[in-house]
Amino acid sequence: MNNGKLSKLVRSDGFKAFRAACLAIVIGLIFGFFVMLAASPASAAPGILTIITGGFKKLGDVFYYSIPIMMTGLAVGFAFKMGLFNIGASGQYTMGMFFALYMGLCVPLPAGIEGIRWVFCVLAGAVGGFIWGFIPGIFKALLNVNEVITSIMFNYIGMYLVDMLIMQNALLYESGKTRTKYLPDSAQLPSLGVKNSNLNIAIFFAVIAAVILYIVLNKTTFGYELRATGFNKDAAEYAGMKSKRNIMLTMSLAGMLAGLGGAFAILAPSTIAGSSMTYEPISVIAANGFNGIAVALLGASNPIGIVFSAVFISLIQRGGTMASLYGYKPEIIDVVIAVIIYFSAFSGIISASIAKLFGKMKKSGETKGEDK
Amino acid sequence: METIYYLIQGTLPVAIPLLLVALGGMFSERSGVINIGLEGIMLTGAFLGCVFVYLIEGSGMNAQLMLILAMIVAAAAGIIYSFMLAFAAINMKADQTIVGTAMNMLIPAAILLFAKMKLGSDGVTTSVFFYVREVPGLSKIPVIGDLFFKNTYITVYIGLVLLAVAVVVFYKTRFGLRLRACGEHPSAADSVGINVEKMRWAGVTISGFLGGIGGFFYAVGVTDGNCNGHTGVAGFGFLALAVMIFGQWKPVKIALAALLFALLRTIAYSVPLIPFLNSLGINNAFYKMSPYIVTMIVLAFTSKKSRAPKAEGIPYDKSRR
Repeated sequence: MNNGKLSKLVRSDGFKAFRAACLAIVIGLIFGFFVMLAASPASAAPGILTIITGGFKKLGDVFYYSIPIMMTGLAVGFAFKMGLFNIGASGQYTMGMFFALYMGLCVPLPAGIEGIRWVFCVLAGAVGGFIWGFIPGIFKALLNVNEVITSIMFNYIGMYLVDMLIMQNALLYESGKTRTKYLPDSAQLPSLGVKNSNLNIAIFFAVIAAVILYIVLNKTTFGYELRATGFNKDAAEYAGMKSKRNIMLTMSLAGMLAGLGGAFAILAPSTIAGSSMTYEPISVIAANGFNGIAVALLGASNPIGIVFSAVFISLIQRGGTMASLYGYKPEIIDVVIAVIIYFSAFSGIISASIAKLFGKMKKSGETKGEDK
Repeated sequence: METIYYLIQGTLPVAIPLLLVALGGMFSERSGVINIGLEGIMLTGAFLGCVFVYLIEGSGMNAQLMLILAMIVAAAAGIIYSFMLAFAAINMKADQTIVGTAMNMLIPAAILLFAKMKLGSDGVTTSVFFYVREVPGLSKIPVIGDLFFKNTYITVYIGLVLLAVAVVVFYKTRFGLRLRACGEHPSAADSVGINVEKMRWAGVTISGFLGGIGGFFYAVGVTDGNCNGHTGVAGFGFLALAVMIFGQWKPVKIALAALLFALLRTIAYSVPLIPFLNSLGINNAFYKMSPYIVTMIVLAFTSKKSRAPKAEGIPYDKSRR
């Protein structure tokens, strides 16, 4: 009986996705280890151990840094469910961050609600991301332009636009420091008070967002249509689903999630009194958007899976910064993440064939046993 | 007239990398494999080409000869890097877009890691002048001499030769015909004895070859023989994809599209030198955005009746024939 339950679990899609993700992670880490061996053989073993376990000493930071990539991961994964590859999470993230900054520094609020300015900043960030996701949605739905190209172009357009708007605005930009001004305390997210960490309530918002997405995807008509379109676009269209509307809505909501990620990142409280997070306009595309792709792939685009994979990626990122103790640069983690993405594109196939192989070996073992 | 000479001279070294990489994308996609990883392939070629120059620049070799040797290194690097895509997409039937994205993320990180640990900087800096002030003799021809044989790089001439070769291979050889068949209707190609997997490997390999060379030519013509992991090739691989789509997956149209994009970019970066544009007083960021915005406008008008290869992005499965 128990055995039956177990084999049912083993055969479920979720388990297969988990197995594939683990395989991709293991291959990624092994590859990273070889790179480290090549770079400096003597300290490769303690280096890789630090990457894997180092983060556990700074769990507050692990959760803190997981917030933005959790949001961009949800943004990528949600669109994936519909068969759309939202590579534009970076631009949406940057837009959300800019809208949050603008609300935080430039918009006067009545005294009564000034104390909770951060709420409005978060909402503004959602709007910014929504707009930047809506545009590729229109291009895809109405003009048949591939969303991959559109969202890449809008990553660049958004980045240049935000940098320009910030540098032009004396309320936002501290030209002496080439960074944005400090946000007022009322615009910063409430901290959770973990020592030496900026961990804040946004972690709850991110997890709640994941749960809501899970419900939307699995329990609503919209979610059903979305997944149906992802499986077979023509069949969904034939069944009367409005695929154009769904494409625009999906991309906009995905953009909103990424925009929230940008807002959460810039609105995080600082451990140093009187300061805040700042943004430096140096024409670089936000890396958190691309890390969201890794998070979404590892989480098999399942919102709950994405929560865990974001924490995992954040964990090895923290470990990666600690590996500098042994002379390794934090970029080693970006290498590992890229390899994980590469293998997660086909690790499902590999792990299925490995599982088959094991199954065969087991079977032939059993038959041999019977012969005796 | 001076301004026009200046713009054309500035445009060509920028257009050539775009052209070559877009041609590479064309070979890959017409064989049936989407190549989002062109950005990464370009950066691989650019970086290893520059590292090669860095290693031999002390030898006192002629700069143009050095360029050609480095070009070969870059082409080899691009080919090897493109195998990552070919293996995953063709043999493992993986999702081609995801594999390409991983390739684009891997190489900048690897460069930063390598350069920070071994060179103590974000990339590699060379001090060779590949610039050609004027081509002896030819630069004396009125107008044409000014347009094409002054203030240029030999990359321009190599690029045009490669374009001609690409057109011939693509349209006038059996190989080209077979390659195109695999991107349109692989099962039909298979039924007449064409090895689809082999043709697709060839398509991706050619894209690696042209992508690697294009990347190095970018480093020569645009960033003065330098290459780092932060700015990389500044989205040129993606622009090349847009150029390819705008050029409707056809070599000559791709060449014209590449020229248009390069001209726009050159204008964007030389606004202070063009009296008319400078007097308008538009923020420079708008000009920098212009190639990307124009891409979007162009794609909006051309994508409705897109002539994309019918079988691109779909792994070929014999059993479904």
